[in-house]
Amino acid sequence: MEGDIAEMGKFIGVGLTAIGMGGAAIGVGNIAGNFLSGALRNPSAAAGQTAMLFIGIAFAEALGIFSFLVALLLMFAV
Amino acid sequence: MADDAANGVGMPQLDLSTFSNQIFWLIVTLFVLYYVMSRVALPRVAAVLADRRGTITSDISAAEEFKLKAQAAEEAYHKAKADARAEANRIVEAAKAEMQAQLDVQIAKADAEISARTAESERRIREIRDSAMEMVSEVSKEATKDILEAFGAKADARSVNAAVSARLKEGA
Amino acid sequence: MANESSGFEIRPMDQFEVKALFGGDISWYTPTNVTLWMALTVVAASVLMIYGARGRALVPTRAQSAAEMAYGFIYKMVEDVAGHDAVRFFPHIFTLFMFVLFANLLGLIPFAFTTTSHIAVTAVLALTVFLSVTALGFILNGTKFLGLFWVSSAPLALRPILALIELISYFARPISHSIRLAGAMMAGHAVAKVFAGFASALGAAFFVPVLAVTALYALELLVAVIQAYVFTILTCVYLRDALHPSH
Repeated sequence: MEGDIAEMGKFIGVGLTAIGMGGAAIGVGNIAGNFLSGALRNPSAAAGQTAMLFIGIAFAEALGIFSFLVALLLMFAV
Repeated sequence: MADDAANGVGMPQLDLSTFSNQIFWLIVTLFVLYYVMSRVALPRVAAVLADRRGTITSDISAAEEFKLKAQAAEEAYHKAKADARAEANRIVEAAKAEMQAQLDVQIAKADAEISARTAESERRIREIRDSAMEMVSEVSKEATKDILEAFGAKADARSVNAAVSARLKEGA
Repeated sequence: MANESSGFEIRPMDQFEVKALFGGDISWYTPTNVTLWMALTVVAASVLMIYGARGRALVPTRAQSAAEMAYGFIYKMVEDVAGHDAVRFFPHIFTLFMFVLFANLLGLIPFAFTTTSHIAVTAVLALTVFLSVTALGFILNGTKFLGLFWVSSAPLALRPILALIELISYFARPISHSIRLAGAMMAGHAVAKVFAGFASALGAAFFVPVLAVTALYALELLVAVIQAYVFTILTCVYLRDALHPSH
């Protein structure tokens, strides 16, 4: 493997960016778990709040996708 | 990644040369889809849904009507039943009263007959006893006169009779 | 492509390439695979909503039931989230939903091209929503629409800072709105492609990545529907802000 310090830095950066997706996973899990515990306490109110669940998941997931996008940009576009 | 340079770009999404093409076709697609949906598809589906809602509403109201009818019929049935029961009671009462009346009449008649017969019998018994008493006193007087004549005594018919009657009365 | 045979080489991004259908250079009007798959999206949506519901039966068939379910689902979403006066925008939102849903679903067919995985496409969708909602807010509410950024329930000293934050988040809406959809589509397809590449590289153990791809495909089916749902419901949320800016 010929030494290309820039290439190496790129891949390290990509790996670091992937950590961001773990954060999104924690966020989504948090939202879903809290929704479930709330829904089990008051099941009659749960059906009306699924839209809020999905909106929350979408917001949390978007940030993970941003980090994924940064990773892709580093991999392919830089 | 080695041939990034050969391809010109690694991510097709960032290839600006295709953007105008995509955007153009996207706008065309959206207009066509909007036209098809808003002019053809959605009014039809809305009409079907409204149709179904109307049918369901009218069916429900018809069912409501039938339910009311059934309730009215049930009420009429209950009323007829109560009427029939009252009528039957009335008939039973009347029959009972009539029977009671007849029974009373019969009993009264039987009582009257029984008392008439009893009175008759008592009368006859009295007659028989009276006539027997008459005959006893007659026989006693005759026998006393005969006994007195046989002893040779002149019997005063009147005093004998009185004495016999007095003795008989004592004995009775 | 020559070095594919030379070793372990996975090219997950090749599937997103825009190609002219009949060869030649790509100018703005050239029919490309974008054209093809967008046309198929229109066809699929029309087949469901018109051919599927053609019977207009009182007791619906399966296809008609699906069409009516889509109609009722989006109608209820618009009414619940954006308010009753937003119903006049129902056809626009329904068009948006149908386009995103069928573009996502058709993109899951092997060898298909996913139009919604391109930032150019989703950015135009999101910008259309953003610009029309903003214009609508100003037309309907005038300058009162700016009350959206002036949080009157906060302490006065905090309000300028909050206004700045609200303004930034408002302008970040189309970015997250578009990149979420494109990113979710791109990610799923790229990961599926990477796993498929493992299958060819692993030889005898090929079935492990194939099973993984199968599981991933099920997840992607879910993601395709949820992303269409999320895109639509966020549009409704933005529309509600435009119709009733005071929160």
